[in-house]
Amino acid sequence: MNWNSAGEFFAMGGYGLYVWGSYGVMALWMVVEPLLAQRRFSAARLVALELETSGEWQ
Amino acid sequence: MNKLPRFYTFAAPSRFYRLAGWTVPWFYAVAVVFALAGLYMGFFVAPVDATQGNAYRIIFIHVPAAWMSMVLYMAMAGWAAVGWAFNARMASMLARALAPTGAAFTFLALWTGAFWGKPTWGAWWVWDARLTSELILLFLYLGFMALVEAIDDTRRADQAGALLAIVGAVNVPIIYFSVRWWNTLHQGASISMTAAPSMASTMLTSMLLMTVACWSYAFAVVFVRARAIVLERERTTEWVQTLLGSSLEGAS
Repeated sequence: MNWNSAGEFFAMGGYGLYVWGSYGVMALWMVVEPLLAQRRFSAARLVALELETSGEWQ
Repeated sequence: MNKLPRFYTFAAPSRFYRLAGWTVPWFYAVAVVFALAGLYMGFFVAPVDATQGNAYRIIFIHVPAAWMSMVLYMAMAGWAAVGWAFNARMASMLARALAPTGAAFTFLALWTGAFWGKPTWGAWWVWDARLTSELILLFLYLGFMALVEAIDDTRRADQAGALLAIVGAVNVPIIYFSVRWWNTLHQGASISMTAAPSMASTMLTSMLLMTVACWSYAFAVVFVRARAIVLERERTTEWVQTLLGSSLEGAS
């Protein structure tokens, strides 16, 4: 597939809204979800570390 | 008899935690590489479709998302069942870690489907067997997540969730075969084990590359979440405190 210009690429033959509306939401989620999961992991680690330093876990 | 105990050691949260932590960056890397290759193939190599124009390019994410929604549900129900039947903590934790990612892929399958349906069918949504059963799958995921969060006793929550997940698993074959069992607006299966592929090979390649990317992404994000759940549940155990203690010494 040869696109003649960037404008033609983004227009997607008139289907730009549908194609980029799909890809955009999927891409956005695939950036947000790893960040949320990482944040949950860091938070859980922090809580466990606080137990460790306070020595209360025993 | 030597292999069995070795296999079971990975069921220990401490083993899983270390192994999963080591694999996460690799899964993310594979996901990025395959997604870039798939996008390149999908947008710059695959030709325009004769009837659907460029709108068909949604297939490269729609089909992988729909596959993942079903595969992750079966994985969630399977691990939930193992966790219940064998009282295996790690299996139940994995089931919980899978649910949000599975729900997300289900939502994305519906979303990309709506954005594909509008230009090709003229409607964002129809109450067709395929679409309706996929929507039910989303509700099953959300129901599982709400149920396990609503019960305070962790293991009881795992068991209640397992029951819901196992009963709900009947919906997955219904989704898959819906296009055959009922007369639906949705097209038939994209890939068949028994027939030659009906689409251009570059289109198929792109879709399969994106599928590998989605699998790898799912492994990475589910493992990160599973490790978070392990820490949340096992923070008062000896192994977590030993692990964190050594990491503190390493930092200072």
